[in-house]
Amino acid sequence: MKIFQQSFRSFVLAILVILPTTIFANIAEGDGGRVSTKQEVEGYILHHLKDSHDFNLFSYTDDSGERKHVGFPLPVILWSSEGLVTFMSSEFHHDDNGEVIVEKNGLKFTKIHSKIYELEKGATAVNFDADHHATNGTKLLDFSITKSVVGILLIGLLMLFWFSRLANQYKKKQIPTGFGRVLEPLVLYVRDEISRPNVGEKHYRKFTGYLLTVFFFIWILNMAGLTPLGFNVTGQLAVTACLAIFTLVIYTISGNKDYWMHILWMPGVPIFVKPILAVIELVGAFIIKPFSLLVRLFANISAGHIVLMSLIAIMFTLKDSLGVAGATGLSFVLSFFLLLIELLVAFLQAYIFTMLSALFIGMAVAEHDHGHDLERETADVEDVRGDFI
Amino acid sequence: METLLNDFSPGLFVVSTILLLVLIALMVKFAWKPILTSLNEREEGIQGALDAAEKAKLEMANLQADNQKLLQEARLERETMLKEARELKAKMIADAEAQAQDQANKIISQAQEAILSEKKAAMAELKSHVAGLSLEIAEKVVRKELSDKDKQLALVESMLGEATLN
Repeated sequence: MKIFQQSFRSFVLAILVILPTTIFANIAEGDGGRVSTKQEVEGYILHHLKDSHDFNLFSYTDDSGERKHVGFPLPVILWSSEGLVTFMSSEFHHDDNGEVIVEKNGLKFTKIHSKIYELEKGATAVNFDADHHATNGTKLLDFSITKSVVGILLIGLLMLFWFSRLANQYKKKQIPTGFGRVLEPLVLYVRDEISRPNVGEKHYRKFTGYLLTVFFFIWILNMAGLTPLGFNVTGQLAVTACLAIFTLVIYTISGNKDYWMHILWMPGVPIFVKPILAVIELVGAFIIKPFSLLVRLFANISAGHIVLMSLIAIMFTLKDSLGVAGATGLSFVLSFFLLLIELLVAFLQAYIFTMLSALFIGMAVAEHDHGHDLERETADVEDVRGDFI
Repeated sequence: METLLNDFSPGLFVVSTILLLVLIALMVKFAWKPILTSLNEREEGIQGALDAAEKAKLEMANLQADNQKLLQEARLERETMLKEARELKAKMIADAEAQAQDQANKIISQAQEAILSEKKAAMAELKSHVAGLSLEIAEKVVRKELSDKDKQLALVESMLGEATLN
């Protein structure tokens, strides 16, 4: 009961913080955002997968035919040709096709497909080439607090709140109570099933903090992506790339002599093979490993979002052949089961990312205490595997 | 691939890198370090308690074995004590019996001796009495006999004859 009261209090607090920034935009843009045909569905899905500059909760068309968007704007922070420029995303009026032009500090900005462009001096409208690329604008370095950044901040604060409370509980008692009792086994799981066996008994302590952070960060964000809030943070290449590069940096910095020896001058193979192996190993360590991490997470989460939204869209796309009730029912059933699978995927991808990170770190810090030249003939599979882990 | 690269937002990359670095640092400092330390302490505590319990169990078993041994020894001791007592009892009875026997024998022999000496005394008295009586009788007889000469001679004669026979 107490927990419920507490979470209710935090919920009310969150609402109070968010409310003042909420605007009920009332700008008519024809039919903007309304989805009914197959092409529109496709466009909507692709649009959703991208990061967005405002936090849109839902949109509807009112009685007079006006399209209304409910949500709140987020700050746009740009590094333009004349330095830092900031304004609220509401100034774009939910336009994403370069039709609305915002003037700040004498510079003109417009947003096309979630990217903000700075128009050339003197231009008043965007010119598109045949492929719908802007020809008179340059893409800017965009440090905006986008929806993904809001997601990262929210989940980061949530994690800090949950786990620092758990940490405080240990000061007073041995066994946590309330929500901490749920979190403790998860922490133990990451430590004992991911970090300890993969990194190795001797070094795991140093890396468990990173692995725990990454695990909970990815998992919670994956699940947040399944809520109607529609975060797609772990489906952003930039975020997964950032995570993968952290892992790369960690295992590159903490790699010991044996690790570099195995990469640059592989022992136990003929001299002429060594340079070739070194190239392969270098590519493996610096390109393949981080890429496998970043693409796997990105692709899985994006695919999940695409399939889930496509199944929801059955409601519109099959309306003609199945009737309203049939299409809606089918869409509900299918998307319900897919949601269950996606819940599993959310955990699985967090687990795989953390597990592989731990494994890569483990390879870099593993200590080898065997001679490479002799006794190789009798080596069994376990030993050979040991060499690479 | 081109769409992918187009979708990659360098700005978001920079922002998320900074946020994640801060998040990792804060989480490690305020959450993971204290949590992992407490978990380790708790596990060590549990391990220590288990070890202590195991040790206590061993000690208990040792103690029990000791007790058993003591009990065994006590039982043996009691057994030997009882045996000794029984033997002592038997010996005492035997001794007493022997002593009593001796005493009885002694008393009997004393009694016999006394009887014997009494008998002897009685006999002697009887003898002297009888001798006296005989003498008196003899005196009376002799006195009577000696009044007659012949008879004196005849008596001497017979007495002599008896003496030679003996």
